[in-house]
Amino acid sequence: MNKKLIYLDNSASSRLDERVLEAMKPYFFDTYAVATSEFAYTLGILSREGLDEAREKIATKLGGTTEELVFTSGSTESSNLAIKGVVKAKQKEGNHIIVSKIDDFPVLNSARFLEREGLKITYLDVEKDGLIDLEQLKEAINKDTILVSIQHANQEIGTIQDIKAISEISQDKKILFHSDATHSFMRLPINVSKIPIDLVTISAHTIHGPRGIGALYIKKDTPIKKHIDGGFQENNMRAGVENIPGAVGFAKATELVTEEENDYIKNMRDRLIEKILKEVPATDLNGHRSKRTPQNANITFHYVEGESITLHLDMNGIAVSTGSACFSRSLEASHVILGIGGDHEQAHGSVRFTFGRFNDMNEVDSVVNVISDVVKRLREISPLYKKDKEQ
Amino acid sequence: MRLPYSEKVLDHFKNPRNVGELEDPDGKAVEGSPACGDMVQLTINVDEKTKKITDIKFKSYGCASNIATGSIITEIAKGRTIDEAKKISWKTASEELGGLPAVKAHCSVLAVSSLREAIRNYEEKHGIVKDPEPTSEKVVKRRLSHVMNPLTGLDVIRTNLITDIKITNGEKKTIEISVDLTEDHQFANNVKEEIKEKLEYRHDVEKVIVRFKE
Repeated sequence: MNKKLIYLDNSASSRLDERVLEAMKPYFFDTYAVATSEFAYTLGILSREGLDEAREKIATKLGGTTEELVFTSGSTESSNLAIKGVVKAKQKEGNHIIVSKIDDFPVLNSARFLEREGLKITYLDVEKDGLIDLEQLKEAINKDTILVSIQHANQEIGTIQDIKAISEISQDKKILFHSDATHSFMRLPINVSKIPIDLVTISAHTIHGPRGIGALYIKKDTPIKKHIDGGFQENNMRAGVENIPGAVGFAKATELVTEEENDYIKNMRDRLIEKILKEVPATDLNGHRSKRTPQNANITFHYVEGESITLHLDMNGIAVSTGSACFSRSLEASHVILGIGGDHEQAHGSVRFTFGRFNDMNEVDSVVNVISDVVKRLREISPLYKKDKEQ
Repeated sequence: MRLPYSEKVLDHFKNPRNVGELEDPDGKAVEGSPACGDMVQLTINVDEKTKKITDIKFKSYGCASNIATGSIITEIAKGRTIDEAKKISWKTASEELGGLPAVKAHCSVLAVSSLREAIRNYEEKHGIVKDPEPTSEKVVKRRLSHVMNPLTGLDVIRTNLITDIKITNGEKKTIEISVDLTEDHQFANNVKEEIKEKLEYRHDVEKVIVRFKE
C-alpha cells in the first residue's frame, strides 16, 4: 500500500508549509536570543525586531494594532486567558458569563472550571444548523453579565456565527465579547476595526503554520488579568520566553493564505458534499449549508459507526475524523452534533472532512469512491440498516 | 500502520465471519449500549438433542472492537453446547483476539452478553428455564457485571465502582445504585446510562436511580 496519504483532517492540524519553515529557520540558528535581551546585546535587538514584525503582520490581518496582540502557545491558552483573565479582572462587577453550547473545549472547560468556583454560566442553545438564537442571547444578558464568548466558526460543523450582531448586542449592553476564531482566521474575513470584538483567539497550525503558537487579540483598555505568571514578556500579559520562531512562522503562514486559495478549498469541499449526498444513500449534511467555513464538510452516514468508517478509510490511506463516542478518549459523543439537536446515532455516524492547501480535486473523487464502498459494506452488517428497510 | 488494535482484531474487523441473520432462529438477542451507541444482534440455532449450537450469525452497529468481538464470538461458540457457550467470557474473546484496548471493553462486551441472552431466549422458548427470576441484588450484580468501568476496562462490580445497591420490595421495584464517581467526572454520564440500560428493561423494575458521590 504505497498510495499517497489523503489528509482531510486539516482542522485538527495541518501540514507545515516549507516556506513557513524557511522563514522560521534564521530564528533558530542565527537570531536565537531572547527578545528581552535587547538592552544587553545586539542579537537581542534583532530578536525583538523579528518578534515585533511578526506581531505587526498578524495584528494588521485582524485589523488591530501591535499593542493589542499577545502571543500564546496556541488557541487553547488564548481562550483560557481571555475567559479566566476577564472574569478575574471583572469579578467585582458581575459573576455571569455567556457561552454557546457548541464552542470548543478551551472555552467550555474554562467556563466549567469557573462555574465550580461559583461563577454563573449560561450555555446558549443552538439551532439545527448550529446558529445561536440572537434573541436568546439578549434574554440571557442580565446586570451581572460581564462577558459573552461565542466562537466565530465551529470546529466540527463549520457554522459561522453572526459576530456582527453579537458584537452590536454586547456593545449595546456594555459587555465584553470574546470570539474563538481558530477555525475562521484567514479563511474568512474578520476585522476588529470594522466589527468590534474585545478579544479574539487565533492559531497558526490550522493554516499550515507551526504548532505551539497562537495569539489573543485584546482590544486596548480591556480589563484582563494575566494568567501565566513569571517574567514581564508580552506587555506583561503572558510570561515565558517568547516563541520567536513560532511567531515568525505564524506571520508567514498568514501571508501565504490568499482569497484564491480559500476559493480553491471551498470548491473541493463543495464537490465532496455534493457527490456524497448524491451517491451515498441515507446521508445528511451537519451544519449550515452556506454559512460555513470553506474548509469544512461534516456528514452523517446513518446506520454505521464513525470509528469503523475512519478505520476503513485509514486502511485506504485517507485521514478524517468522526464525532462518534467510540472515537473519543472520553467515550463522549460529539457535543456539537448533540448540541445541534442530533441524537447519539447522528453523532455516531458523523464524519468530518477538512480541507487545506495541499489537497486536490482528484482526492475528492477518490475519497467519495472509497467511502461509498466502505459505508455500503458496513451497512451490510448493521442490524439497524435492515430494520429500517423493512419499515 | 500502528493502530491500537492487534492484527487479529483488524482481520476480523475487515473480514467479519458469520455475518447476517438466521431465518426463524431458535434464539435471538440484541444488546445495545446507548452510552457508546453500539449494538450487536445474534441469532442461533441449537440442536435439540445435543444442545449444540449448530449455526450462529451476527450483525453489528459499532466500532472495530465491537465488530471483531462479534465475529470471534460466533467462531468460538459454533459447535459448542449451550452450557459451554454460556461460559464464554469477554476475557476469552479478548484473548482469542490478541487483546483489546481497555477503554474499548464496553463496546466489545456486548457480543458476549448478546450470546448469553440469545441462549437464554432459546431456553425460555423451550421451557428449559422456568419463571423469570425476581430482581435481587444478585441479579443486579450479574447485570452490572456487563457494565465496564472505563477507567480500568474491567466491570464496575469487580472494580468496586458500585458502592451501594438498594432495592425496594414488591411488584414494581425501585433500584438505587451508588457509584464511586463524582457527577462531573468525564465518564459519569456513560456509566449512568449503561447502568440504567442494563436494569430498566427488567419485568419487575419500575425505576433506576443512579447516585454519584459528593
